Amino acid sequence: MGTPVHFTEIGVAPGRFAGYRAVLASRMRSQRSYRSNFITDLSSSAVVGLIELAEVWLLFHQVTVLGGLTFRQVLLVFGVADLCFSIADLFVGHCDNLPTYIRAGTLDVFYLRPQPLLLQLMTSDISLRRLTRAGIGLASLVIGLSINEIHWSTSTVLLLALTLVCATAIFAAMFVWAAGVQFFLIQGAEFTNAFVYGGRYAATQTAAVWSTPLKVLFGFVFPMALTAYLPALRLLGLPGPAGLPNWLAWCTPLAVLWIWAFALGMWRLGVRHYQGGGG
Amino acid sequence: MSHGTLPVYWRLFVAGFQQQTAYPLAMFGGLVANLTFGFLKVAMLFATVRAAGASVQGYTVGTMSAYIWLSQGMLGSINLNGRIDLADRIKTGDVAVDFLRPVNVQLATVATEAGKAVFALIPRAVPSVAIGSLAVGMTMPRTPAPYLLGAVSLLAGIVISFSTVYLVAVVGFWLIETRGIQIFYMVVSGFFAGLFVPISLFPSWLLAIAQATPFPSMMMYPVDVLTARTTGAAAYGLVGVQFAWLGATLLVGHLLTVVGRRKLEVQGG
Amino acid sequence: MSDAVIETDCLTRKFAVRGKGRKVVTRTTMCAVDNLQLRVSPGESVGYIGANGAGKSTTIKMLVGILVPTSGTVRTCGLDPHRQRRQLAARVGVVFGQRSQLWWDLPVRESFEILAAIHRLPAADASARTAELTEQLELGDFVATPVRQLSLGQRMRAEVAAALLHRPRLVILDEPTIGLDVLSKQRLREFLVTERLSHGTTLLLTTHDMGDIERLCERVLVVDHGSTVYDGSLNGLAQTAGSDRILVLDFVEATTDLTGIPHTKHLGSEVGGARQRLSFDSENTTAAMVLAAVGERAELRDLTIEEPDIEDVVRRIYQARR
Repeated sequence: MGTPVHFTEIGVAPGRFAGYRAVLASRMRSQRSYRSNFITDLSSSAVVGLIELAEVWLLFHQVTVLGGLTFRQVLLVFGVADLCFSIADLFVGHCDNLPTYIRAGTLDVFYLRPQPLLLQLMTSDISLRRLTRAGIGLASLVIGLSINEIHWSTSTVLLLALTLVCATAIFAAMFVWAAGVQFFLIQGAEFTNAFVYGGRYAATQTAAVWSTPLKVLFGFVFPMALTAYLPALRLLGLPGPAGLPNWLAWCTPLAVLWIWAFALGMWRLGVRHYQGGGG
Repeated sequence: MSHGTLPVYWRLFVAGFQQQTAYPLAMFGGLVANLTFGFLKVAMLFATVRAAGASVQGYTVGTMSAYIWLSQGMLGSINLNGRIDLADRIKTGDVAVDFLRPVNVQLATVATEAGKAVFALIPRAVPSVAIGSLAVGMTMPRTPAPYLLGAVSLLAGIVISFSTVYLVAVVGFWLIETRGIQIFYMVVSGFFAGLFVPISLFPSWLLAIAQATPFPSMMMYPVDVLTARTTGAAAYGLVGVQFAWLGATLLVGHLLTVVGRRKLEVQGG
Repeated sequence: MSDAVIETDCLTRKFAVRGKGRKVVTRTTMCAVDNLQLRVSPGESVGYIGANGAGKSTTIKMLVGILVPTSGTVRTCGLDPHRQRRQLAARVGVVFGQRSQLWWDLPVRESFEILAAIHRLPAADASARTAELTEQLELGDFVATPVRQLSLGQRMRAEVAAALLHRPRLVILDEPTIGLDVLSKQRLREFLVTERLSHGTTLLLTTHDMGDIERLCERVLVVDHGSTVYDGSLNGLAQTAGSDRILVLDFVEATTDLTGIPHTKHLGSEVGGARQRLSFDSENTTAAMVLAAVGERAELRDLTIEEPDIEDVVRRIYQARR
């Protein structure tokens, strides 16, 4: 047997992220290459965003103040929540497809590559169609920021930037823990949808109207109120409702730590279950 | 229709009903989703009623609750995503095999799907309504009439959703890709069916658009009849509108099936 | 530890099987792999055969770290497949006949480029290796074609190239020739023989095709109910399983049944005796001797020799044990 020549011994190996980049770039190219499909997807995703906004607007069409906020003010909540959810959905929303990946054997193929499984899953696809929906969220946010009286300072700018980053991270973690739970559930995706998509719905709401169980569930367990509602209150200089003081708006990094710890724990449990032959 | 064909569709309906019993976990997941969304809607819509001064467009807290839990409960039985197995069978050409069977493809499809949908009422609608009414209370009619007419209206709503989705599928005889229409259906159906907000809260122009589609007949009208929000002649009027949509969608579906089948046989799909 | 490419010790994998009775849900344990002892040295070529459900896929999944053993140990390329999966991935190439590692909507070439980036191969080497594999596996005609438009034979060749791109020391092939036509099988086998010769690659393959074993494997393992029932050379397998070959003889005219030829058994006659089937024991006689004896009785027009198929061999081994 001769000495096999290994690639890494000659020349410079590509960087650590080259593999992920190559997959993502190919996904983007292939989505844009089906032109008519892509246009359909872009427009339907814009309509989804508009309908979600209409849902909120219809209620304010009946009353001027709901849960202590006017429609102008709630635009800020809706804008942050929908923008960040759409971005998370764009990057990791396909984690929803884990049951399909398992059935098609795609997950087994991930095992044959020298990269962490979860990172491979997260970077295995990207949904550019969500861009338009993120655009609706961004527009709402920009309008919300300009028509409300906000006392701009370094700390408000910092808060806004921190919120956008943390809220996106929180929504992404929601997709990840849901994927971990999919290893155990067969045909039970609706169970996790209740919290992932229910969480998005909750995040666009004024949490002041919530009952105590909802405040526990979507205020702390899945920290949806921290993604948009509380930061918006802080920006507007409004006090929080009982149980949700507005200084919690600065605690989003803690919420990120908690929800990602939960997500990674669920993912590990799921993978262990799969390797244990339950998959 | 010759003597004895009706039992065939009844049996397909029952078969669809029985198929669903195999997925208890899926049903449980659906129920959890109904309850989560239900309680979030309770929070928002109750607050809206209260902010408007105890009543908004005729909805009190009690009737709003009835609307929320009935519509959440029906969610597992009304097709609001536009997807149906038949669409794939048309795309792959497998539908040619279906045409060889001595049953009407349209009626068989609708009957099977409706059977599945009616089954879903048991694990999803009943617990949703029960848990909702125990947790937050709801105002329901005290006379039997709305329930009797409501049952007819509910069944009609379920069938209309499938006879309409059937139309989305058979367009596949002419279009290579029906995905765009299916996605469009999915995006607008829930909104116009009154899933997110009752359509009577819509401004008049938006209400007019909604009423020009079959979607309110799938969910909003059955809920209005069942909760006695609409009573008497007006209730019969809503059921009449539903049957008009049912007849129209079935007729158009039948014509498209006949022409599509001919195209399939002449051009080989 | 030694330098074995694969080494298992008492490797066992059990599954809980949930049976659904009329009323009760029963839970039983099924042993898919039972105390497997396996050692494969560098450069060996091993055929891994057994009936469906004998534990082949489960073993492969444990070898590459997809499944964790219930008990016992497994080391692949000197690594613990579960704990060191990512290092192992650089040393092993796997072809699953049923699951694709290519991107179905991309041209074959682009899948190779992505895989090269994933394995972090330097550009020059990646393109040299791709060129080598493209030539040897004759992929040239369709490297620019999206995978979903390939025939099964083309796709399998592309899959093999994808699995070998990073020059793995160990190549595991799970049913690589299933569903392929004769020519595609032939090409694939020839390629694998060349690849082994030039790179010293270790080969482990599961198959239902005796031809794969005969042309590719020096060593054969037969598994039944998760444990090894035969481990040895192909010739030895023939001896254990019996080595009957079947001759199908076509005569110019109807012939009386050919009974009584030494070391043969008359299996049947068709078309009034114009076609007859004889089995012969290749340990004690040869096809030539049988034909000479036949030729004395009637005039031959045509003949074919049927190879025993793998299911027969496996079945006979199973029967011999029981």
